[in-house]
Amino acid sequence: MTDTADPSAVDAQVRAATRAGLAVGLATAAYGVSFGALSVAAGLDVWQTCVLSLLMFTGGSQFALVGVLAAGGAAAGPAAIASAALLGARNALYGIRVKPLVGGGFWQKFAAAWLTIDESTAVSTAQTAPRAQRRGFWVTGAAVFVGWNLTTLIGALLGDALGDVRAYGLDAAAAAAFLGLLWPRLRRLQPIVVAIGAAVVAAVLTPWLPAGVPVLAAAVVAVAVGLTDWLGRRDASGSADPIVGDGGAP
Amino acid sequence: MTLWQIVLIGAIACLALKLLGYLVPASVLARPATARTADLITVALLAALISVQTLAVGTAIELDARIPALIVAAGLFALRVPFVVVVVAAAAVAALIRLWF
Repeated sequence: MTDTADPSAVDAQVRAATRAGLAVGLATAAYGVSFGALSVAAGLDVWQTCVLSLLMFTGGSQFALVGVLAAGGAAAGPAAIASAALLGARNALYGIRVKPLVGGGFWQKFAAAWLTIDESTAVSTAQTAPRAQRRGFWVTGAAVFVGWNLTTLIGALLGDALGDVRAYGLDAAAAAAFLGLLWPRLRRLQPIVVAIGAAVVAAVLTPWLPAGVPVLAAAVVAVAVGLTDWLGRRDASGSADPIVGDGGAP
Repeated sequence: MTLWQIVLIGAIACLALKLLGYLVPASVLARPATARTADLITVALLAALISVQTLAVGTAIELDARIPALIVAAGLFALRVPFVVVVVAAAAVAALIRLWF
């Protein structure tokens, strides 16, 4: 379908993409609160927490960074950074997919790269008309950015006021948050096997390595399975679909 | 390392990765094996983080209220309960268990 195929149908799709983007922005904003609270619980201050949401702006990496710091403190810094970067690597692949859709010159591309996350990529690539793809990307990216940063601040201030986090079960909330990010990706056998293998590797290595390193070591499971395509699905297109369909965080 | 250094280096690394997708020719990163592996790394890291977050205290394994909380969370996600509700429920389960036992 192209922009000129059927103007009214395209207009309808652009409106639908706009609505989808705003809805996704609203939904993800809600868990900015949990990120803000967990980040403060991990030992970061309110400013550091807000800088993460503004500059890093990719939820999985942010949760990972504060999760590793919560376990190992500042000494686990290198492992925390590496975990965040490894989790953020998928955004580079999203960039390849949405780059032709967003248009514009250098600064617009720069802003687009900043806003390239699970949600903006998913809403954009779900559209068929180029105008709707572009609208879906920008509305989703902007809505998630505004909501995520505002609610991160609220969560950080709340977490600051809470004090002892274990009494409120915030450590368990962090595990549940990671599970929520993982859940939509467990639709095929291959990722399920990788998830179980990685969880076991991380747990077994925990007593033997510094905090944070077992998480990185678990990535080896993914590399081994990914390169050999063990338990892979041989489909005609030959490309894995890395986009979260529903329920993922930024 | 100070916390500020960790925050800034981590953030810049993640932003650089986003820019990378816009700068390199698509053919370099768009191979199926690369896409598949990147996807599985995301899965592996999230699973490893769940495991460590649920079982570890520093470098020790400690089985406590986090395990039932995670089981409740898994059940709620299976029932398609929204993210925030599940996270709050998991926290509540752990907090109540600690309060009562």
